[in-house]
Amino acid sequence: MTTRSAVRIGAEPGRLPRTLILVIVGLIMAVPIIGMIEFTFRAGLSGGYTLDHWTGLVDEDAARTYRGLFQAIGNSLVLAVVTVAIVVVILLPTMILVHLRFPRLQRLLEFVCIIPITVPAIVLVVGLAPVYSVVVKVFGSAPWTLAFAYGITVLPYAYRAIQANLEAVDMRTLFEAGRTLSASWPRILWHVLLPNLRRGVLAASFISVAVVLGEFTIASFLNRSNLQTALLQVSKSDPWVATIFALLALLFAFILLISIGRLGRERKSSS
Amino acid sequence: MTDAPAPVSASGDAGTTSRRHPLRGAVAYIGLTPFAAYVLLFLAIPTTLAVGTGFFTDEGELTLANIEGLLAPNVLQAFWSSIWVSAVTAVAGAIIGALVCYAMLGMRPDGAVRSFVDAASGVLAQFGGVMLAFAFIATIGSQGLVRVWMQQALGIDIYADGNWLYQVPGLLPVYLYFQVPLMIITFMPALHGLKTQWAEASATLGGTRLTYWTRIAIPVLAPSFLGSLLLLFANAFSSYATAAALISQGAQIVPLQIRSALVSETVLGRENMAGALALGMIVIMVIVMWGYSVLQSRTSRWQR
Amino acid sequence: MTGAPVHHGAPVHLSGVTKTYGSHQALAGIDLEMAPGEFIALLGPSGCGKTTALRALSGLEAIDGGRILIDGKDVADVPTNRRDIGMVFQSYSLFPHMTVLENVEFGLRMRKVEKMERRARATETLEMVGLDHLAGRYAHQLSGGQQQRVALARALVTRPRVLLLDEPLSALDAKVRVSLRDQIRRIQTDLGITTLFVTHDQEEALAVADRVAVMNAGRIEQIGSPEELYTRPSSPFVADFVGLSNKVSAELLGGRVTVLGATAEALGESLADGPVTALVRPEDIRITADGTPATVVASSFLGSLRRTQVRLEDGTVLAVQHGVGDQLETGNTVHVSVTAAAVSVSAR
Repeated sequence: MTTRSAVRIGAEPGRLPRTLILVIVGLIMAVPIIGMIEFTFRAGLSGGYTLDHWTGLVDEDAARTYRGLFQAIGNSLVLAVVTVAIVVVILLPTMILVHLRFPRLQRLLEFVCIIPITVPAIVLVVGLAPVYSVVVKVFGSAPWTLAFAYGITVLPYAYRAIQANLEAVDMRTLFEAGRTLSASWPRILWHVLLPNLRRGVLAASFISVAVVLGEFTIASFLNRSNLQTALLQVSKSDPWVATIFALLALLFAFILLISIGRLGRERKSSS
Repeated sequence: MTDAPAPVSASGDAGTTSRRHPLRGAVAYIGLTPFAAYVLLFLAIPTTLAVGTGFFTDEGELTLANIEGLLAPNVLQAFWSSIWVSAVTAVAGAIIGALVCYAMLGMRPDGAVRSFVDAASGVLAQFGGVMLAFAFIATIGSQGLVRVWMQQALGIDIYADGNWLYQVPGLLPVYLYFQVPLMIITFMPALHGLKTQWAEASATLGGTRLTYWTRIAIPVLAPSFLGSLLLLFANAFSSYATAAALISQGAQIVPLQIRSALVSETVLGRENMAGALALGMIVIMVIVMWGYSVLQSRTSRWQR
Repeated sequence: MTGAPVHHGAPVHLSGVTKTYGSHQALAGIDLEMAPGEFIALLGPSGCGKTTALRALSGLEAIDGGRILIDGKDVADVPTNRRDIGMVFQSYSLFPHMTVLENVEFGLRMRKVEKMERRARATETLEMVGLDHLAGRYAHQLSGGQQQRVALARALVTRPRVLLLDEPLSALDAKVRVSLRDQIRRIQTDLGITTLFVTHDQEEALAVADRVAVMNAGRIEQIGSPEELYTRPSSPFVADFVGLSNKVSAELLGGRVTVLGATAEALGESLADGPVTALVRPEDIRITADGTPATVVASSFLGSLRRTQVRLEDGTVLAVQHGVGDQLETGNTVHVSVTAAAVSVSAR
């Protein structure tokens, strides 16, 4: 049905309401972002604008002045990588195994992966301290160990992304076809199943990175340094740099998410 | 040995293989242990500890004192504040988000508008905590862009009665900023799952635009809308980072109460209070999420 | 039912209807006259415009040119909800949150019929399709065939003057398709509603319709009774689309075509005398004692008849339809000839 027909019978809104709603909401949502951008160019209480805050990031002293911040960014990136590794090495094989071998456990798996929504970080963190005192004994107190907790926080998002892929591609038929062609489990996994799960795994990874970069609660209560805790710290002395990095993090996450959308589209056009 | 064609039923494969290769079946179960161990260690145990500590004193004795502590006026006030902030932002976010989804009805999913809104919503729904606080301070803080502009250009001082941004009312616009995108993400599939045949059938049967929406579209969408609303409530209720960044001192909402209990240097023996608060939060979350799952199952039944 | 059928249906007239989507012309001038109570099938391959024509008649698509008259009145300015039509869609059209009965009552509710009468009329219409015992069920609890029967009852409950069916059986299993199409035809005959039935299945169209209109690229190529279309196709497209046909080399001379040793009247556009391609139906080819020699290639048993493939000397493979009594062995040489009085021809 063409849009004009749909509008005529009331199934879709006309051009005017569409534009009004999208533009008004869009503008209101843009204001805080604009506010942030404008703020980064302010020259302190004296008024007027300056590029100093931005240029200050690339001058020679930058590495020293903002050492804590850069280190925190490094921590966050490492955490993102390790969290994705947890998703790919622990969650993904389990989901494939359940999908193919233990379909009756599917609902249980889904339930477990949705629990972190009901048990938010602020609640989890109350019980994490004792667990982490053990973790520190075993693995040391390196920043990356925080990823163990992050793997749990991203479970709902990663699960949904991979599950959508598992359901869209008929894994069972592919698996059985591989079996009838005398392939062993590992070979089927590598040559048949994983290539078809690329989209879901990438989507899960990107979302996990976005979530990890934005995580504050657990890092804060376990006294670890990550992007968000460092931003809060820095904002007390240099709010402009803090805002600049917040904007950059936002932009990065936006690019990641557009890429997921692109991936989905490529798949559709090639099938 | 030739295999008979594998049965197509879902449990068929597990049944036949484990019958013929019992070891294979057991080995497969081992494949589940890494995940099970991981979830046990980092989800089950912390949750149990979190809730459990509420029932013990510092010395390790069983007590209901912490639970009773939940009934203290300031704690009850915090619960109430959490609930009404979450409810208000959930309802407002749901309505605005639904309007945006409606405005995009019929647009191509891979078109420019929808791709952009999808990605932007994905980012902004995660845009919490510290960064969001900065954004709002930069915009409607006392030196904020919009606040200053309103003073100078319109003569309106939004803080005439005091600066409310760093108190509970200040959470409202800030939370709304991630509630609306979350609604868009959650509700879009449902709204766009409205089949055009329904609108067309309604028209051929003599229905008007109004009757289509009041008798068909809205009733069909209601479970999904309410489900999304509950999800928004849960999202706001469990949110900590944003409030922590804006409200540096005090415990006006439940997550901040937990902060105060865990971090407090002045009041001793408050740590286990965090456990009781955690229990209170979980009870509310479980109720809300249970309602959400009931509504979701109703929705999926209709979306065949 | 005895006596002449009571025509509740309205006459429908499409004249010169055109519709363009961007650069694609979906309807290139449709002329169609439907008598009151007549059942017409719109038949054609995907993309031929048949669904567009149906939707133009319903008002769900606007037309760019031409006129549509229902009961003598131009409906150009009449929106869908006031055209007094009933429409059955291919699938998923039942309102999911309403019971079967509520679905069927919907049209009456829109006409502000009061509750008791609404219920009675809806139940009566459900009885017509044999589903009154499922009145309290919901769409997702019904099979595909049942859903379409409810959709039919819903469309008929207001006794519209025109009934439109958009490939209502395409999504159903073969057996259900056959029984449901017969049921649709029976009810339509009883009620006498003018009906337009869109399908891509030629067997279906021939089985149920009073007249069949074959569409191709936005135009109606031929309209006539099922027998006419089958035995006297006016163009190679129709001959090929409706029923099976073999393409055989033939000679055209003075309006008559010689094929496989027999002559017949030549149908279709006039061509110059000389070599042409004849389109011959499998049942019009007979195994004879004399005639053109051919080798048996394969034979299929189809229950009530057999279809055998034979290869001519020039390599053409023909499908021959014959009784199950004749058992033809692969590799045998047989002789074939044509028994039709008229065959379609197209350029070689």
